[in-house]
Amino acid sequence: MSIFVNKDTKVVYQGLTGSQGRFYGLRNRDYGTQVVAGTNPKKAGEDVDGIPIYASVGEAVQATGATASCVFIPAPGVASAVLEAAEGGVEFVVVITEGVPAHDEARFYNRLRRDFPNVQLLGPNCPGIITPGECNIGITAGEIAKPGGPVGIVSRSGTLTYQALYELKLKDIGVTTCVGIGGDPVPGTSFIDCLSRFEADPDTKAVMMIGEIGGTAEEEAAEFIAKEMSKPVCAYVAGVTAPPGRKMGHAGAIVSGGKGTAAAKMEALSGAGVRVAQNPTEAADLMADVVAGL
Amino acid sequence: MDLFEFQGKQFFAQYGIPVSPGEAVKTVDEAVAVADKVGYPVVAKAQVQVGGRGKAGGIKLANDAEEVRTHASNILGMDIKGHEVKILWIEKASDIAEEYYASFTLDRSAKKHLGMLSAEGGVEIEAVAASNPEAIARIHVDPVEGLTEAQCRSWVEAAKLNPAATDGAVDILLKLYNAYVEGDADLVEINPLILTPEGKVHALDAKVTLDGNADFRHPEREDWKGLEVLDDREKMARERGLQYIGLTGSVGIIANGAGLAMSTLDVVNQVGGEPANFLDIGGGANATVMANALEVINTDQNVRSIFINIFGGITRGEEVANGIVEALGRVEIGSPIVIRLDGTNADEGRAILKEHETANPVGPGGGSLISRPTMLDAARTAVELASR
Repeated sequence: MSIFVNKDTKVVYQGLTGSQGRFYGLRNRDYGTQVVAGTNPKKAGEDVDGIPIYASVGEAVQATGATASCVFIPAPGVASAVLEAAEGGVEFVVVITEGVPAHDEARFYNRLRRDFPNVQLLGPNCPGIITPGECNIGITAGEIAKPGGPVGIVSRSGTLTYQALYELKLKDIGVTTCVGIGGDPVPGTSFIDCLSRFEADPDTKAVMMIGEIGGTAEEEAAEFIAKEMSKPVCAYVAGVTAPPGRKMGHAGAIVSGGKGTAAAKMEALSGAGVRVAQNPTEAADLMADVVAGL
Repeated sequence: MDLFEFQGKQFFAQYGIPVSPGEAVKTVDEAVAVADKVGYPVVAKAQVQVGGRGKAGGIKLANDAEEVRTHASNILGMDIKGHEVKILWIEKASDIAEEYYASFTLDRSAKKHLGMLSAEGGVEIEAVAASNPEAIARIHVDPVEGLTEAQCRSWVEAAKLNPAATDGAVDILLKLYNAYVEGDADLVEINPLILTPEGKVHALDAKVTLDGNADFRHPEREDWKGLEVLDDREKMARERGLQYIGLTGSVGIIANGAGLAMSTLDVVNQVGGEPANFLDIGGGANATVMANALEVINTDQNVRSIFINIFGGITRGEEVANGIVEALGRVEIGSPIVIRLDGTNADEGRAILKEHETANPVGPGGGSLISRPTMLDAARTAVELASR
């Protein structure tokens, strides 16, 4: 079992004809993902290494039965690409693109919630999602993940997600699904969205959560874990040594006024019974202990 | 990007928000000329991006040209909490009947915009929020629906401003919301928003943070960028499109992804070292980006070792390795480099590095290249090299 995506997920790539879209679309297909279509209004009827290109997501869904989309469109076009995907009839939209304006994110997040409540958005500015051995949508290097569970991963940081997968694999620990929710101000999928699904997924026995400074998403997750989760959770929060008041890359990773610090987040998580690590390697060590005791 | 007050006022003026007539100046003579033009009395305000200007003597009222001269020469060049005053804003002084607070920003938890309005303006709003939270009227605005005049009016009424200010406040707040959205700002704040004895409402201060991700649709921002407060390393990094923040330690850091870069800082710190910087080369980093990153770090005199921490997702291992090799050919790197490379095409990358290491044994310049298998190992090696 897994959350959000599995071997039956059929994916259309918006931007498959671009260099990044092509590279990762084909990589995802090589991994075993059902990459059924690409879109580009100017190249409809052509193909990318045998994958048919359609003018729109709607046409791709009609022709192929695609259930998910993956967006590799440059930032200025992301807002319309997300709406095109929702209108086209997919139920899961993964946006890899970074640098999307925050006001665009706020608008399309709320537009989906109002007009397309059944569409789940992941990202923007995220590495994507992988159910190891079944489906890899996005830019994660699939070979660093061991299939099968018992651990579910949810992470705000791209490279730290890969780090977590890799460290677990070195310890021969498998993963049900790994979701990179991204570090932007308005993430389509939250920690809580993932935690609740992991709690309900019978094959996920423990969850690793990777947060970073800024915002209050980790604190909200801690509250949810204390109230709703029966499964053990290990966590790491990046940015303990980040200087206050400075923006560190992600629009989301900003500390101000003593709120959203790594220390505050780690304290909230510890208070909720989460095992909190000081670095990514220690997080994997803690998870290995948890898995050994399952 | 944080705007200076005078830039914030220019930004507000573009969206029709009333501000006091004034101009930014860099010399005493210019200050007097502007004061003569807008009419006395005037206020001279130091343009620094730090709070507490007034207490530090950076805001002064002047009744005539002589007073402008005195205050301008005192304030220009003044040091306010480590910020040197290079620009002075001269504006016509306003009579103040009441001072309010108004702002819009994103509420990440609610995933909607949050407007805050208070009759207790002119002071630190954090203090009001802590001591008397009911004094702040809050409104959540749906980013799709926008802010209607009716919503805005009931919000203003909830804030219990002087009834004489209601119409003026509604007008300004609708314009402020428009500036926030159309101008792609992360934050717009007016503190104080004033009511004059004549019943006019206008912005006496302007705090604006713009979302850099929206630069592509705001060519007008170019004018404001030249004045950003950056140290030389940050300036160089900015010109090369790198996410860089200068720190004070001796271990130079290059990583891909903000999370991994932050984590690299944390790990260096845990093993007893001090990072010299935060540098995220981002998702699509290629050979040129890596070479640029190394060159920026190389200009930092405090750096004794460089720790490159790459986990490949969108960045491919061979591109990273080629970038390092290219940079080593382009500039003489003054410090040993410790690299930890994993992820997409890591084997190809490691092979390229290995080939370079074999062909270029450690020279007298100290430009050695050391590969380490894990983050912790690499951090320990980098910290040890930095303390030699």
